[in-house]
Amino acid sequence: MKESQCILSVEDLVVAFNMYEKGFKKKDLEVIHKLSLEVNRGEIIAVVGSSGSGKSLLAHAVLNLLPKNAKVSGNISYKGKTLDAKVCDKILGREIAFIPQSVDYLDPLMKVEKQVRGIFSTKERVHQFFNRYGLGEDTGQKYPFQLSGGMARRVLISSAVIQNPELIIADEPTPGLNIEMAMETLNHFRELADAGTAVLMITHDIDLALQVADRIAVFYAGTIVESAPTADFLAGKEALRHPYSKAFIEALPQNEFKPLAGTQPYAGNLPTGCLFADRCAHRSENCIKDVAMRTVRGGDVRCTHAT
Amino acid sequence: MKRGKSILFELIRMILLLISVSILAFVLITKAPIDPLVSYIGTESTLSQEAKNEIAEYWGLNDSLPERFLTWANHVLHGDMGTSITYKRPVVDIITERFAYSFVLMLMAWLLSGVLGFILGVICGMKSGSIFDRMVKFFCLAMKSAPTFWLGLLVLMIFAVILGWFPLGMAAPIGKVASEVTLGERLYHLVLPVMTLTLVSMSEVVLYTRQKLIEIMNSDFILYARTRGENKRQIVMRHALRNIALPAITVQFASFSELFGGMALAENVFSYPGIGTATTAAAMNADVPLLLGIALCSALFVFTGNMIANGLYGIFDPRIREGGNND
Repeated sequence: MKESQCILSVEDLVVAFNMYEKGFKKKDLEVIHKLSLEVNRGEIIAVVGSSGSGKSLLAHAVLNLLPKNAKVSGNISYKGKTLDAKVCDKILGREIAFIPQSVDYLDPLMKVEKQVRGIFSTKERVHQFFNRYGLGEDTGQKYPFQLSGGMARRVLISSAVIQNPELIIADEPTPGLNIEMAMETLNHFRELADAGTAVLMITHDIDLALQVADRIAVFYAGTIVESAPTADFLAGKEALRHPYSKAFIEALPQNEFKPLAGTQPYAGNLPTGCLFADRCAHRSENCIKDVAMRTVRGGDVRCTHAT
Repeated sequence: MKRGKSILFELIRMILLLISVSILAFVLITKAPIDPLVSYIGTESTLSQEAKNEIAEYWGLNDSLPERFLTWANHVLHGDMGTSITYKRPVVDIITERFAYSFVLMLMAWLLSGVLGFILGVICGMKSGSIFDRMVKFFCLAMKSAPTFWLGLLVLMIFAVILGWFPLGMAAPIGKVASEVTLGERLYHLVLPVMTLTLVSMSEVVLYTRQKLIEIMNSDFILYARTRGENKRQIVMRHALRNIALPAITVQFASFSELFGGMALAENVFSYPGIGTATTAAAMNADVPLLLGIALCSALFVFTGNMIANGLYGIFDPRIREGGNND
């Protein structure tokens, strides 16, 4: 049964950029390493991690939006089918919808209604969704710059759901919004998920993720170190598996507000084996070897010590 | 209300510009090694020194510079720009007659370079990095670096001398009565000057449009349009063209100054009887009234171009047009 529930499955995704080093020497810069993730029907999964860890690239990789110099390996499949460029062309904007960060992702010179309508929908449907999200009739005749932050958010959600997608990928949907508007946005996601849509939400705001997500995946230095039910994160560090997620939870103001020493390794200068080993108190010989994702107590973790 | 205010503001700006241009041109010409008296009566005149002094006194040449300027400005305000020494006719008549010729030339070159340049720029931008793009880019950079008169001579040599397809110059067949010259003949004579001027001014539009398209295609809203299932063609038609048309049109209007400069050179190469050749003739003959008149006219022309460019933004860009309604 679980197979049919799985909408999006990412297995061992590796994204590398071919870049020029000093002079004309080319080098592959690996930014996402062996990342695995599953998103199920009716589920909100939040990918959380600090800024600059490459979270957005995950969304771009799934949506086939990476620039030409990116090398992608691993397997991304949508409802069991490999999600290659050809499949993407067919289902993007219909079965898979993307919610961008801000109103800057709208065409500044096109009226909102025409943009929400896109190329597949109708005027009537736009108005139907405007009603549903409390947007006035006149909103459609406005230009993106005339929208307030909250309206823009609802416009972007309307654009995403207008074709009844099965998977919504939201990249940082809340920055710049006040807490009420952020919660309103997330509640919309919850409603959609309860209606059966799978939602992959990428955010750096763990507090909001804790409020609404079913599962949380912790992103560190280009990979997911732990993916577990939200309840485990709410229960505190004892319930978690990976030392980084534990430290992450510990660092929250409402918990111990304890900072973790050191910095995230840079994509061009990664250690072998466990990416977190440099900052880990439990580091051992085994950490230098390749660490595979394994299931511990109902959550997936990439650590040899996790119990 | 707002529009009326901005029109008034533009008018004041224009008047200030014309005043500054006339002062500057006047000072430059009076400081130039030109003796208006000598250029009027000729170097080989047999007039006595007393007679010369009398004329100078009568013309007000001994007055102070501000006084002389005010006298000239007063006449200009009354519609009298003086008489051209070169053509022995009122400056106003010469400018209106010559400007009509130049206007046709500039208008055709402007439209052609704008439309062709935009289309080429869009194609290059869409296929950036391709052989076609590289070739067009190389061609445009070459055209941009080439001096206009040299390009004009090249065009003249290829199409008029070697191939013999078009006439060598002028605006009408030589030896034909002006009233008998047909429209076709006029157009036939316009082909080469228009071609030269188009080539000169087109590269700017091509390179600009190309660059702008590449820039726009890399922007966030294009990325978003892709996630909404739009293919490349739809993205260009729905989003990219809309976003690059406005800056391209603005650049095209703002290029009036280069167009004017290019026109002056192209006209000289093809002996086309417009403002450009009149300017050269006036400069060669130290024709002060005509030079000043042309300076004023060209300033007005370039100013108009820039003003239209500004105004278009207000009409086409909703961010400016409806900016007042934003809370």
